[in-house]
Amino acid sequence: MAISNFETTIGLEVHVELKTNSKAMSPSPVSYGAEPNLNTNVIDWGYPGVLPQANEGALEAGMMAALALNAEITPYLHWDRKNYFYPDNPKAYQVTQQFEPIAKNGWLEIEVNGEKKRVGITEMHVEEDAGKNTHADDGYSYVDLNRQGTPLIEIVGEPDLKTPDEAYAYLEALKEAIQFTGISDVKMEEGSMRVDANISIRPIGSKQHGTKIELKNLNSFNYVRKGLMFEEQRQAKLYLSGQTLKQQTRRYDESTGETILMRVKETADDYRYFPEPDLAPIHIDEAWIQRAQTKLPLAAGVRRAHYMNDLGLEPYDAEVLTQTLAMADFFDQTVELGADAKRAANYLIGDVNAFLNSKHQDLQETQLTPNNLANMINLIEDGTISTKMAKQVFKAITEGQEPVQYVEDHDLKQLSDPAILLPMINSVLDDNEQSVIDFLGGKERATKALIGPIMKMTKGNANPTVVNDLMHQALEARR
Amino acid sequence: MDFLKTTVKDLHQELVNKSLSVADLTQATLDHIKATDDRYEAFITLMETNALEQAKKIDQAGVSSAQMLAGIPFGIKDNMVTKGVQTTAASRMLHDFKPIYDATVLERLSQAGAIGVGKLNMDEFAMGSTTETSYYKQTKNAWDQTKIPGGSSGGSAVSVAAGQVPFALGSDTGGSIRQPAAFNGVVGLKPTYGRVSRWGLIAFASSLDQIGPITRTVEDNALVLNAIAGYDARDQTSSKQTVPDFTANLTGNIKGMKIAIPKEYFGDGVDPKVVSVVKAGIAQLEALGAHVEEVSLPHTKYGVAAYYILGSSEASSNLQRFDGIRYGFRAENVQTLEDLYVQTRSQGFGDEVKRRIMLGTYSLSAGSYDAYFKKAAQVRTLIADEFEQVFGQYDLIVAPTTPNIAYGFGENQDDPQVAYMNDALTIPVNLAGLPGMSINAGFIDGLPVGMQLIGNRFEEAKIYQAAYAFEQATRLFDKIPGGDQ
Repeated sequence: MAISNFETTIGLEVHVELKTNSKAMSPSPVSYGAEPNLNTNVIDWGYPGVLPQANEGALEAGMMAALALNAEITPYLHWDRKNYFYPDNPKAYQVTQQFEPIAKNGWLEIEVNGEKKRVGITEMHVEEDAGKNTHADDGYSYVDLNRQGTPLIEIVGEPDLKTPDEAYAYLEALKEAIQFTGISDVKMEEGSMRVDANISIRPIGSKQHGTKIELKNLNSFNYVRKGLMFEEQRQAKLYLSGQTLKQQTRRYDESTGETILMRVKETADDYRYFPEPDLAPIHIDEAWIQRAQTKLPLAAGVRRAHYMNDLGLEPYDAEVLTQTLAMADFFDQTVELGADAKRAANYLIGDVNAFLNSKHQDLQETQLTPNNLANMINLIEDGTISTKMAKQVFKAITEGQEPVQYVEDHDLKQLSDPAILLPMINSVLDDNEQSVIDFLGGKERATKALIGPIMKMTKGNANPTVVNDLMHQALEARR
Repeated sequence: MDFLKTTVKDLHQELVNKSLSVADLTQATLDHIKATDDRYEAFITLMETNALEQAKKIDQAGVSSAQMLAGIPFGIKDNMVTKGVQTTAASRMLHDFKPIYDATVLERLSQAGAIGVGKLNMDEFAMGSTTETSYYKQTKNAWDQTKIPGGSSGGSAVSVAAGQVPFALGSDTGGSIRQPAAFNGVVGLKPTYGRVSRWGLIAFASSLDQIGPITRTVEDNALVLNAIAGYDARDQTSSKQTVPDFTANLTGNIKGMKIAIPKEYFGDGVDPKVVSVVKAGIAQLEALGAHVEEVSLPHTKYGVAAYYILGSSEASSNLQRFDGIRYGFRAENVQTLEDLYVQTRSQGFGDEVKRRIMLGTYSLSAGSYDAYFKKAAQVRTLIADEFEQVFGQYDLIVAPTTPNIAYGFGENQDDPQVAYMNDALTIPVNLAGLPGMSINAGFIDGLPVGMQLIGNRFEEAKIYQAAYAFEQATRLFDKIPGGDQ
């Protein structure tokens, strides 16, 4: 619902956790869900005497994000320290890019109610994540440093967004753009994508910006939208009742649909930023950017256009196939292996998605391969198996079996040999004189009664198309 | 074993000849330290078990003539982490801290077969220039036990000068190797920034710290640097520059070498007696064939101010990790998290460390950054540029190491600024990342005077060349502390 007499300004800060092999500043592995403190080493603990070992892969991922978000890459940069004490931050500083972020001045296009709009991206920087504190019932707090040092990119958007719907559309577009770089899973539920939203409202015509409220710990795009909508209303009410807003941080409560005060900011934090003296400055040259560019997968939009224009798919199909990078890559590879595009799309959108939903798995976690799917589709296309038989074959390929071999082992071939089928057909015609007469008399429907017995005799393995053709030939021969 | 007249090279010969076993040498070293350390108080921790075990292994393998450091005992400044051995950085904060890994320099020396025998006293977290800020003990000057040893590597310089070990490792952030080397009449080198890995060095100021050797002779110094220099993937500020054999230039010949004498290093605040000893040293170099000319380094006077801002800023950040949570000292009877931080640091850190943390925190704070940290960084660039210009025309810069000779305990305690000025002549070298060495140039009232040789980046070899020529011509190392007893 729009708020009359007020206009809204929204800016989003999005943290994206990178899917690198090792951490931003140490050789510890990066993985989700490991036993606490397993993926750590002396560097992650801030142990005395240790030094950071910057991961070039994280910088390259930052470059790939910059390219995907139309941003300018900074040629000369250095790391900086952001100082603060907290138990989940053992060095008591976070290594980030405060003074020279890896990229600036990007943009994303969004579409809301058929209207297209460009949203600016102020800057993007690579930094390391902190660990995680758990405050247990036993009165102790526990620190897990597995996440400490995981590389992140922070994408700071311009306050160009005017409605919660635009914020939602921006997040969807951003998620898609990042996912199609392959640098992150961008999963909010696993914390690999985190959103902080800043919102202020002001009377229409006012030159001065309203007081900024920060919304934190938002768990889904939908909660971002709902939280922002609630804030628009809340802030408007306060304005109208003549109260002044205080700068504060709030969180969204899913159960009530309201936002709740977390803390009021009386003073700005002083992080005492300065250049990280333990790491040498970095020069990103054209050649390095080129290398990042070559590693960059094709964007979702480019793929959708290709699917519709070159492969003849419907817009809906193209949309579903590009919902995840894994699905789009799977589809591309299946088609490259010679499978019919329409049939491959149907399988992925239908059977494969249903299978993933039933197993609660991601495509990359299954045993399905583009090769097996392509081979199965080719078996259907060349008549070796029927679409009905394909149901059984599909189950087999979800278990990692090779379809050609499977069909061979399970004798699933359609019967298409006229030398075998023709005698059967003639014997059925001999036994059903009335149907033959009916057909020859012009009743096409009469073939139905004749084909049934053939399918029964072949236990359903007869190729219906072939049987149909041969049946007509045999009938014509009796005219 | 007393190393007052014995060099690494001499010991190496004996070990190769088998006229001395590594086990006997190690045991004798430990015994001698135990017998003499009441007098000098140079060691915080002895590594007896480790050292004897390692000695046995090396005896079994035998010492070949190529392994210059195999079986040679050495001391380690206590800010380099030693696996399983208490490492305190002379702070209460790390009392009983036993690290789980070895610093790269120690790995490399162990690889070369050298035997670490103990951890040496220092100023707390290397902050100070007298070794008086140590939480543990007060090290005494090797030449006169009523005088300070200098610092922060006071224990390292004294242990070598007093003949307890043939060599020791120190670290130098603003002069912490060269100044105590000068006060104790030994050879102390601060290598080019990046020449030696800092992995395992408990950080004071990351952009300034550098580990280096302290020895009795120039040749020994070059031998140790040979073993510890070179790129280390664990320190991304370490250099990939090839490491030459630093003993290669030790010929005694410096004919045609161009030496610059910066007039600012001989001006106000420098004891005229120190000036005259160093000038005599320069005359000696000239007599050996060097061309000597006076130059000006006008930004030198801003070095100390820039250093205290930059060094303290980095220190304030580096020392935040000591929070009482994962290792080291933890205050007892605390109520809240903030209380734990405050109490741990209040009780764990000494005054000098607290002073610098406060100075650094202030310099980095949002309102002060531009006026202090940024300005200091600009001054640093100016100083580095100034040096670069000189090295466009000269091979070396020669100057006094310190404005004074070693003074009495507590003399500059009341006014930290006076103590800070003690490093005025060594600090610019750290700010510019250059290599610098202090060698003994003579004596005033029986106390040594340091002469500083400063080289261009990665040109330690030229420093060694000139220092060796001077040393061979003067043979000042024949004069040993305690000679008058």
